Amino acid sequence: MANVTLRNVRKAYPNGFEAIKGVDVDVADGQFCVLVGPSGCGKSTLLRMVAGLETISSGEIDIGGRIVNQVEPAERDIAMVFQNYALYPHMSVYNNMAYGLRNRRMPQPEIDTRVQEAARILELGAMLDRKPGQLSGGQRQRVAMGRAIVRQPKVFLFDEPLSNLDAKLRIAMRVEIRKLQRRLNTTSIYVTHDQLEAMTLADILVVMNGGQVEQVGNPLDIYQKPATTFVASFIGAPPMNLMPLSADELKSQLAGDSRINDAGILGIRPEDFVVSNETVAGGIALGLTVEAIERVGAETFIYGTRERDVQGVAANPGELPPGEVLVRIPGAIGPAIGERIRAIAAPDKLHLFTADGRQRVGP
Amino acid sequence: MIEHRRFGNLLPHLILLAGVAIVAFPVYLAIIASTHDNTVIANGQMPLYPGSHGLETYWNTIVSGTGKTTRQAVGVMMLNSLIMAIGIAVGKIAISIISAYAIVFFSFPFRMTAFWTIFITLMLPVEVRIFPTYKITSDLHMLDSYAGLILPLIASATATLLFRQFFMTVPKELVEASKIDGAGPIRFFWDTLLPLSVTNIAALFVILFIYGWNQYLWPLLITTRDDMQTIVIGIKKIIDVHDALTEWQVAMATAVLAMLPPVAVVVLMQRLFVKGLIETEK
Repeated sequence: MANVTLRNVRKAYPNGFEAIKGVDVDVADGQFCVLVGPSGCGKSTLLRMVAGLETISSGEIDIGGRIVNQVEPAERDIAMVFQNYALYPHMSVYNNMAYGLRNRRMPQPEIDTRVQEAARILELGAMLDRKPGQLSGGQRQRVAMGRAIVRQPKVFLFDEPLSNLDAKLRIAMRVEIRKLQRRLNTTSIYVTHDQLEAMTLADILVVMNGGQVEQVGNPLDIYQKPATTFVASFIGAPPMNLMPLSADELKSQLAGDSRINDAGILGIRPEDFVVSNETVAGGIALGLTVEAIERVGAETFIYGTRERDVQGVAANPGELPPGEVLVRIPGAIGPAIGERIRAIAAPDKLHLFTADGRQRVGP
Repeated sequence: MIEHRRFGNLLPHLILLAGVAIVAFPVYLAIIASTHDNTVIANGQMPLYPGSHGLETYWNTIVSGTGKTTRQAVGVMMLNSLIMAIGIAVGKIAISIISAYAIVFFSFPFRMTAFWTIFITLMLPVEVRIFPTYKITSDLHMLDSYAGLILPLIASATATLLFRQFFMTVPKELVEASKIDGAGPIRFFWDTLLPLSVTNIAALFVILFIYGWNQYLWPLLITTRDDMQTIVIGIKKIIDVHDALTEWQVAMATAVLAMLPPVAVVVLMQRLFVKGLIETEK
């Protein structure tokens, strides 16, 4: 059991590219830490640095009170689950799990006990003699987990372990991973680009972008109080609506708010809108023309454009085009295309950011 | 495209049979000739049915040799050829798999230089570098020895390239998983890379064994002692006699014997050989 601490960790490549630009993260003993971010943000590189597969340019990585910067991967007391599982194709399931233990010269009876125990936990008992090629994707995934479990390491490292599975299996395995981690109570670091996976798994969520940490914290805190516009649009699906506060009616609606002087961008989550003709004191009301409607049964997504042609913020991929607002309402009943609606949001649902989007204004 | 017509299969079969006949007839002739007395062949009327001297001819050829022409029994030649062919095949595979391992999995100064240097030797087969190679072999006192037969032919750019291509398809996560599992470079090589390369090794072994077995020029140059002769040279010597009748039945028996080991290797390793050439799944 161990905590993992990263202190000002940097990674620069010989060609001058800085993949990690100074990261500080503290994962307490037994916690499940998820690194989330878009592809190329450096999350996998960071994980591989913890594993010892990438060198550290500067800073310190501390596992269980020992600085491991110069320690070989095998001696860091970690186990890693890879995206493509990386099972030894010529070895049986049993040997795949036992291999790491044999290399550590563990006595055979002990190896056997551990492998059988892992096989029991992961329901692989009937497959111990098979080769990875004869297993399904989910079973291979389980063998990869088994290989990590038998080592009884201080830290589990997961590098997008579910991204090769189909949607249904992914959800099932996600729950299994969480249960397993609770049961073994092993400190874990998990890399994913799927914000849903990140939200559901994490005790502590680290949102990364461009080699830097954007925000660290409890997933719900991050959802409720995103620190930057990047976090606001990355966490939560569909993403938060971001609107610039130029000299237009939005600004006048917020005139009474004390935060308005520092703020340049207003963010409202699609689910925080209510379609109504009432007005909320201190809140926002948007007049929208319905452009498109998506009905998924339990809820309905309304894509509307604001009356005035306003320049929106579309700094990140996956965001709505400027001037377009997404409203999410429960149920299957909603307006028709072309209809004019009013969407209102209460004052406590408004997120305000500085004009560059790098900082949250107010609570 | 599977069609079932009554006589539709007849023509393809006839063509195939004709092809087999063309390829197999000379072999058949060699076998038949080796079972007749020399006088039968020497009078110019080659029979197409087996003769009665088969056992006697083969016994003489393999074990005792014949007084007039080959002073050496073919059995010894076969042993020499076998040692040379296996030595070349095993040596080539061992050296090229190690150099490919170094080139693909390690980063060291002048790695690409090393690779291209190996690559360039493709342009330098034995025939091109024969004099310097002979000089070196003779300076090292390796003439008339197995080492002299094997070592100069052992370096192989082709096999190195083949292993390099295969190693580059091995996912790098497998290397990393091994590292985390506490396997060093040598363990990774033995425990993971070598077992994964088995089919490639088998395919290469077949090709290289036949390459080694068929060597003619190099053994001709560096072997002078009769007991170091290889069978391919032996055939030539049996045919090429002065002031005497060529012992055709012995020559044919030797030819048949020379064919057997490569055939055996191909037959025994056929399954692995085909798998090694076509397999893409790792």
